Amino acid sequence: MATVYFDEATRRFSKDDAPAVDGITLDIADGEFLVLVGPSGCGKSTTLRMLAGLEPVDGGRILVDGHDQKGVRARDRDIAMVFQSYALYPNMTAAQNMAFALDNAKVSKAETRQRVAEAARILELEPLLDRKPGQMSGGQRQRVAMGRAIVRNPKVFCMDEPLSNLDAKLRVSTRSQIAGLQRRLGITTVYVTHDQVEAMTMGHRVAVLRDGRLQQVDTPERLYDSPVNTFVASFIGSPAITLVESEVREGVAHVHGVPVPLDRAVAGKAGEKAVIGLRPESWHVVASPTSGSNGSAVALNVELVESLGSESFVYGRPAGAGEEAGRVTVRLDKRTHLTVGDVVHVEPNRGEVHVFDASTGDRIEA
Amino acid sequence: MSTPAIVGTLDDETTTTPRSRRRRRDDAHGAEAGTHHRGPVWTVLGYAGMVLVVLLVAVPLFWILITSFKERGDIYVRPAQWWPEPATGENYHELTTRIPFFDYVRNSVIITSATSVAKIVLGVLSAYALSLLRFPGRGVVFLVVIAALMVPNQITVISNYALVAQLGWRNTFQGIIIPLAGVAFGTFLMRNQFLNLPGEIIEAARLDGAGPMKLLWRVVLPMSWPTLVAFALITVVNEWNEYLWPFLMSDDETTAPLPVGLTFLQNNDGVTNWGPVMAGTVLAMLPILVLFLFLQRQMIKGLTAGAVKS
Repeated sequence: MATVYFDEATRRFSKDDAPAVDGITLDIADGEFLVLVGPSGCGKSTTLRMLAGLEPVDGGRILVDGHDQKGVRARDRDIAMVFQSYALYPNMTAAQNMAFALDNAKVSKAETRQRVAEAARILELEPLLDRKPGQMSGGQRQRVAMGRAIVRNPKVFCMDEPLSNLDAKLRVSTRSQIAGLQRRLGITTVYVTHDQVEAMTMGHRVAVLRDGRLQQVDTPERLYDSPVNTFVASFIGSPAITLVESEVREGVAHVHGVPVPLDRAVAGKAGEKAVIGLRPESWHVVASPTSGSNGSAVALNVELVESLGSESFVYGRPAGAGEEAGRVTVRLDKRTHLTVGDVVHVEPNRGEVHVFDASTGDRIEA
Repeated sequence: MSTPAIVGTLDDETTTTPRSRRRRRDDAHGAEAGTHHRGPVWTVLGYAGMVLVVLLVAVPLFWILITSFKERGDIYVRPAQWWPEPATGENYHELTTRIPFFDYVRNSVIITSATSVAKIVLGVLSAYALSLLRFPGRGVVFLVVIAALMVPNQITVISNYALVAQLGWRNTFQGIIIPLAGVAFGTFLMRNQFLNLPGEIIEAARLDGAGPMKLLWRVVLPMSWPTLVAFALITVVNEWNEYLWPFLMSDDETTAPLPVGLTFLQNNDGVTNWGPVMAGTVLAMLPILVLFLFLQRQMIKGLTAGAVKS
């Protein structure tokens, strides 16, 4: 158990290119489950590997329990890692895979046996202990990889997309198992994923990265409710938020022709133009083009309907707008049935509007 | 030549192992695409080619074998006799009595095992350092090793001879073994093998606290087993057959290996009596043949390992 502190940590793969990880500062509390999320190539895996000691730190520092890790070898850091490919030793059985680290640490045979048995019990691996990785399914290998990490009782768990090789159903159940296991063991965990659903459901806090730079570190709720910029807003949430560049006149933004009154302070900072963000659930359907609260509504030509049973998502383009106008995504409850080609009138909900600066994309707050 | 078609035909006529079934399916594909089956002429030509290659390899071996059982007078008769008539063990008897044959065998075993062990150990360790350990100048060292691979042995023979003779190592085992223990080939082969191992497994082992030697013994070598077997077998065969250097280094039965011993047999006679020489050749081939039969399956797996990504 330990705290982890990234202090302006930077990794440069070559002198000429932009750094893969660019001055990340991040404070992870003891026992916290922190998720690093971002699109591929954003530097999240590199950040994790720097912590594990598999990549050098070219600038700044990484501290574990207050100790600078510069010059500390990976094998001396007491950090366990679960890899995307699981990286099990193919020549060893599940039990030997789990015991390998303890064997290296000169833990006694009896204690090793006991710890492996304990981990096997937690992960329901008991019948598989004598099998080699080649004789196991993907989910079983994944559990052995987890077991290999937990028998060590390390200071920090590093997990690099451990679920991305599992099928969708197994991924959901394993997701909650890992989160539950982490709560139970209380070991500081840094978890890398590109899947925002994993990020939102597993982490105490989520750090969003883009091009090696940290965008926002926050609880899943705050990431969703107050994203700091358009990148975070569009990355978090599925289906994605609808962003509309709108004119702002006299404290009112005009979203596809529909007036949306803004907070006065926000409108003052926004200037003449702003990017208005609306989540799929921040719209409601109105009966006719004129029955909105301001006497107007957005008419959407429905282009795609995704029905999930309990709810459905409708993707449509505002009537009269060209191809360049982005699609609007609206969540509907299951009582509203629409098909492709229908026209539906929608209006933004009051108070559920995100306002971003039109030039920088940063959030504008009162 | 359409070899796959030939193989397919062979299989069709014999067994229906899963593999042959798969090939047959492939052939069916080929037939659909109109690429594989090219008619009986090509098939016959294919067989003829294979027979030719087999003869090329097998006839000399067969000749050695029958000559070793022929009486002295029958060896040179025309037309050639393709079966020893009468067959005799006399050549084998002569071989073991006229020269100290078993001394040569002993020397061969000593030289082959010592050189092979040295080559395998050095090859594995140097390849490991050059692939998985990081140190300054690693690339340069590897280039030098590769450069050494480009230089034929025959070129270094003269300077090696001068050096070893100066050390007074002529007719000693160390004089034969040490200059032979260099390992550019093994370093090259094993390095490529190690570099092909999945990097995440190596990293996992490092995070699990494995030191360099533990990483090698417990993780890297077990995953490289087929390649290692192939390397070992090639090395043993080469060392067993090594001729030039031991021939220069030793001229008596205290250190000379079998191939050199057989030369002494040849020279003893003035006019060569080929019978005992052939008998000696047959006996020299036997141990390697047995080793080959035992390890060939693993060896072939090793030579093609990495050719197809599993």
